[in-house]
Amino acid sequence: MSGPAIAAEDLRLSYGTREVIHGISFEVPRNEIFAIIGPAQSGKTSLLRCLNRTIDFTLGAAFSGRVVVDGVDVHRVRDVYALRRKVGMVAPLPVGLPLSIYDNVAFAPRAAGLSRRAGLDAIVERCLRQAALWDEVKDRLNGLGTALSGGQQQRLTIARALSHQPEILCLDEFSIAIDPVTTMRIEDVLRQLQSEITIVLVTNLVQQARRLAGRTMFMWNGEIVELDRSEVVFSEHPGQRRTHDYVHGVFG
Amino acid sequence: METAVPPRFARTPSVARREWTQALARAVFFTMALAMVVPLIAIVAYLLVRAAPSLSWEFIVDVPRKGMREGGIWPAFVGTLYLVVLSLAIAAPIGVLAAIYLNEYARENWFNRLINLAVINLAGVPSIVHALFGLGAFVYAARFGYSIVSASLTLAIMTLPVIIASTREALASVPRAFREACWNVGATRWQTIRGVVLPNSISGILTGVILQVSRTAGETAPIMFTGAVFFKAVQRGTLFPYRLTDQCMALSMHLYTVSTQVPNVRESIPYATAIVLLGSVLLVNACAIAVRVWLRNRKRW
Repeated sequence: MSGPAIAAEDLRLSYGTREVIHGISFEVPRNEIFAIIGPAQSGKTSLLRCLNRTIDFTLGAAFSGRVVVDGVDVHRVRDVYALRRKVGMVAPLPVGLPLSIYDNVAFAPRAAGLSRRAGLDAIVERCLRQAALWDEVKDRLNGLGTALSGGQQQRLTIARALSHQPEILCLDEFSIAIDPVTTMRIEDVLRQLQSEITIVLVTNLVQQARRLAGRTMFMWNGEIVELDRSEVVFSEHPGQRRTHDYVHGVFG
Repeated sequence: METAVPPRFARTPSVARREWTQALARAVFFTMALAMVVPLIAIVAYLLVRAAPSLSWEFIVDVPRKGMREGGIWPAFVGTLYLVVLSLAIAAPIGVLAAIYLNEYARENWFNRLINLAVINLAGVPSIVHALFGLGAFVYAARFGYSIVSASLTLAIMTLPVIIASTREALASVPRAFREACWNVGATRWQTIRGVVLPNSISGILTGVILQVSRTAGETAPIMFTGAVFFKAVQRGTLFPYRLTDQCMALSMHLYTVSTQVPNVRESIPYATAIVLLGSVLLVNACAIAVRVWLRNRKRW
């Protein structure tokens, strides 16, 4: 299918009576690495949670406007679980489930109804390889996911997010809990994945967005300040004064 | 020039005072902790000494003789067993499943707030009130008569809110991040509960349920109103002396009977009955602790 991977049109999100995203519109074409930067409380994470509708689990949260993922309005999607499998999500803090490493990665395929051992084995190996974790854990797949180190758990989380073969992978500040070396390894992985999937990267590391993203969106207080090619956003002369100040650390 | 500043780490009066306060605080807390243990040991020791002449295996498996003035307590022992097992078999599934609904599915609205309020208040209702309710609802209205069924249902109603509360606590101890991780990969609520939440809260749930054994075994009022009798002739040592529609004897009730209602009972019999009741409850609690330790060693985060 053609068309953009994600298209948002006048998206508004409120928690109770407090509106936190004030009608934003943007498109993410397929196979792009799309970065979202912005200070805390600017609505980045909330935006991601609209994409796979896990925002539904938050009490009092409601969003309006159209959010189209892979051609389908997420409000109208029949099978919300299929939508969530289509959108892989990696949270800021690593969450190894209290299961074995194998079961961590096999959890999503199993939840989707796959139970053939050979099929699961293949998925587990592929995802752990893609997340650059296979070599470290291949001899202890039955060990506990929660017993891994922080960086390993974050890669396990990424492997889990890849296990349901998403078309879009959202990473929410995936590197705040891990060391620079692991971060670089994961960034390499993301570059390789770009040929297959669309990647949305929420990050507070301006450098990381500059390194990876084709385009960057700068959000502030629930609005888009600027959305342009990364070279422009991170250059000396972006379209908006505020972007320049934020990117170059003179915000305030 | 000499100054008034004392050298470092010197034992100034202020330091001495702090040390003394610290020692005093420690002594007070220790005394209180000790004061807690003393009565327990005293009670058990006293009971054991007084019960000694009657205590034997024979005492447990024999039936009461000579108008309960001699013999054993088998019918009461088995009766308590019946009541505890049946009431927990009713209360545990309902309580655990209701708690899972309340903790995992229910949204915050007036109806669920009402349920929560009901649970909390039900847990505070005195057992004698439950007894009266059981009498009205099960013995008369539902026409179960004075029977093991009525008594067990009454006990079940009594333990239900506590089981719900303890189960919810166990479920709430599983971090929300685990649930969110599952939801993010497209798992349904049930798959999340089945795969991650339950395996990691089952030890707390079981402990909560097992701890209710001691409560049901010890209650007298509810069963006195609904299905326990002073005396019931059964065969010595038989495992199935009662039908569910029968009335039965129970340890707590028996203890009351032989202590206050029957003249000239052998002095050691009430004490031995108390020891059996206490011993069974402690045995079950010990099992609960063992299960918890075993499951906690398997705890995975």
